[in-house]
Amino acid sequence: MGQNIAEKILAAHAGRVSVRPGEFLNASVDLVLASELSGVVALREFERIEGARIFDPDKVVFVFDHFTPNKDIASAEIVRECRAFALRTGIRYYDVGRAGIQHVLLPEQGLVSPGDIVAGADSHTCTYGALGAFGTGVGSTDAAVAMALGELWLRVPESIKVVYHGHLRPWVTAKDVIIHTIGILGVDGARYQAIEFAGEAIQAIDMAGRLTMANMAIEAGAKTGLIAPDDITRAFVEKAGGRLDRLYASDPDAEYARVIDVDVSDLEPMVAIPYLPENAREASTLGDVTIDQVVIGMCTNGNLADLRQAAAVLAGHKVHPRVRTIIIPGSQAVYLAALREGLIETFVEANCVVSTPTCGPCLGGHMGVLASGERCVSTSNRNFHGRMGHIDSQVYLASPAVAAAAAIAGRIVPPDAIDMVDETAFVAAKEPRHD
Amino acid sequence: MTEATSFPMANGLSEHAAGAGTPPRGGRAWKFGDHVDTDAIIPARHCNTADPRALAAHCMEDADPGFAAAVRPGDVIVGGVNFGCGSSREVAPIAIKAAGVSAVIAASFARIFFRNAINLGLPILECPAAAAAIDAGHIVEVTPATGAIFDRTTGETYQAEPFPDFLMQIIAAGGLLNYAQARLTERR
Repeated sequence: MGQNIAEKILAAHAGRVSVRPGEFLNASVDLVLASELSGVVALREFERIEGARIFDPDKVVFVFDHFTPNKDIASAEIVRECRAFALRTGIRYYDVGRAGIQHVLLPEQGLVSPGDIVAGADSHTCTYGALGAFGTGVGSTDAAVAMALGELWLRVPESIKVVYHGHLRPWVTAKDVIIHTIGILGVDGARYQAIEFAGEAIQAIDMAGRLTMANMAIEAGAKTGLIAPDDITRAFVEKAGGRLDRLYASDPDAEYARVIDVDVSDLEPMVAIPYLPENAREASTLGDVTIDQVVIGMCTNGNLADLRQAAAVLAGHKVHPRVRTIIIPGSQAVYLAALREGLIETFVEANCVVSTPTCGPCLGGHMGVLASGERCVSTSNRNFHGRMGHIDSQVYLASPAVAAAAAIAGRIVPPDAIDMVDETAFVAAKEPRHD
Repeated sequence: MTEATSFPMANGLSEHAAGAGTPPRGGRAWKFGDHVDTDAIIPARHCNTADPRALAAHCMEDADPGFAAAVRPGDVIVGGVNFGCGSSREVAPIAIKAAGVSAVIAASFARIFFRNAINLGLPILECPAAAAAIDAGHIVEVTPATGAIFDRTTGETYQAEPFPDFLMQIIAAGGLLNYAQARLTERR
């Protein structure tokens, strides 16, 4: 009986030749991850385990990204406690100035490699599936125990294979593909399961786009969202300094709970309307949805290619006078590269503000909290009630290109509704570049 | 005297749902819909603390602003499908537990909330029939060890999905930390 990628990775980490869906096992982990919010709970739990030592300080990483730079005194105290723990135990940690948003930072730093299991006390740890790694979101107690034992309890998931056919049209991106996919699956359509993204359309998507797609696997309820490593993966991991010794692919006779075929050739720029990511709509069909704020970047779309996409639309334009537009590069390296390429200049000239890397506005923390009745187009991943602020505010999820177009128009429109000054910039962004 | 009556029970509940040597627990039902996300359970704006009592004061705030003030020890949360979806924040089940909620009954649970509840020892019961039929304010008794649910208001009984043996070990150990402590000792 053939095995799929998820099963192969789990078997290899449980000392087994093969595993079957539904089995429970203790799997060894290659990396344990926490933010300051989940980390402070994890470290306190860790300290309750008598005689516990960090199983491998090189395999535990704290990234201070949610409420940093510290938004208030309580957040500052939490970060201080996490920092002190990191210094005391010798684990890796990333603080303001060297940090980024976890799911942009870790792949870029070469801390995640194909075939790894990453136990992250952050639900979007599934992002690493883009590299062919079994990244999965867990709780803080899970992280504490993984820090002590180097292992994680898991139920072997059934897998859903989504096979993408055809070629994406101009201005249609990985974000549109994943919003469309969640629209098909529903927000609990892959609950307790793994998703495997496959097909020729995936092979044509660059690493930034793949990271976007895998990032949102959790929004269909999934444990992880895997893409088989290929040349794009190899080039990215090599440049980042990761390992390339565990490249798993599904066997031809691997089993799936479902196989879904999606033709992306006619796909249009998409938006997920409030209050669930499954509410997928074509941007062109929304009518007159006026907006107050746009946020571009963050863990879902915070890579350089994403910022290029937004800059290509914004170049030569001004943000609508009624709209605040906040750009959030995913890491210091992305910020610097965007600066050197002139993207930051494009944003500032268009009347956007450019923030330090932070999760802040995505979860209504800081750097762009919404008032009651306000409406935001965001390139993040969740549009629940009150997600970005007041319970009566609204979030529309979209690609950087759609978000940038909305910033200019003051309402939700597809990118081709905006007169482009420099369409070639977007073409460049679509090339499989790995910086 | 049975083991059940040797434990004090909230709201003077009967022994109806008792079994497997563990007492029933329960109270009034608080009913919520499908896809209750962790932002509704404990909004991120209150996540700059890990203190359970501070978290409990804002429990379910964005789903029912009156919940935290009115919930009584033993009360039961009843949700629809995909309860606890969204972020991995463990402060969500911590807030529910610290608010005094004795169990969460739902048609289904999102996976990270599910594992957090198992790890922390917050009783969760997956039972679509009970989740659909139990209304707000009903007096509900649950026996987490057996999965028995008794709606005292209607007299109906329900049986939740039993947990696999692997998870029962974690539950029986009193949560993941105790389970891990035993594994660590085993290794040395």
